Amino acid sequence: MSIEVNGKTLETDEEGYLADLNQWEPGCADVMAAIDDTVLNENHWEVINFLREYYEEYQIAPAVRVLTKAIGKKLGKDKGNSKYLYELFPYGPGKQACKYAGLPKPTGCV
Amino acid sequence: MSETKKFLFVNRKAPYGTIYAWESLEVVLISAAFEQDARMAFIDDGVYQIAKGQDTSELGIKNFSPTYNALGDYDINKIYVEKESLEARGLTVDDLLPLTYEDEDDDWAEKDSIKVVSSAELAELMDQSDVILSF
Repeated sequence: MSIEVNGKTLETDEEGYLADLNQWEPGCADVMAAIDDTVLNENHWEVINFLREYYEEYQIAPAVRVLTKAIGKKLGKDKGNSKYLYELFPYGPGKQACKYAGLPKPTGCV
Repeated sequence: MSETKKFLFVNRKAPYGTIYAWESLEVVLISAAFEQDARMAFIDDGVYQIAKGQDTSELGIKNFSPTYNALGDYDINKIYVEKESLEARGLTVDDLLPLTYEDEDDDWAEKDSIKVVSSAELAELMDQSDVILSF
């Protein structure tokens, strides 16, 4: 499988995750979201950017429980809860947001 | 939900050269997602897995040591390092990554996760564990 981003063809796996994480650019997230009939707003981007920073620091995509707690610490309690995150990413904040952010599927995600 | 079991993940090998260290770390993180009581022990060359300042640029392998810093976020905060193994390699706790966690029951105070234990204390910990996985 592959996606088209700004005239480039980027390879993805069967679940839509980028094959080469280094190829990520913000446009990937918009293209992937469009496939899921989603338009990204600044709240989505807050989570996507957070995930990219987390990956940069720890070299893993956090499990959803860890993500929820960490978001709460950084962005406030009203955002660090599953309801808020699932409203933004109905396919699962771990899986869906990590995919848009160009990260691998979260470790410990089943 | 079934009862929580005490898991002890015993890490004995150097971080690179074999897949054991990374596999162990992944299993530990996954077990935390299932809310099991996971502890880690580092003995023999396994102590190098959590050594500071790892540089894998010449190896062509990803340096996954930053991931150990995430253990606290996964509520894995009982990390035992065998005293004899450190001494035999001329290492002290200051040569190890400063792994910490935030204690929910103590106003999220940051605390050390690493505890240096003697071989005899480690044997006692093994005795108290329900499941021991050796990597």
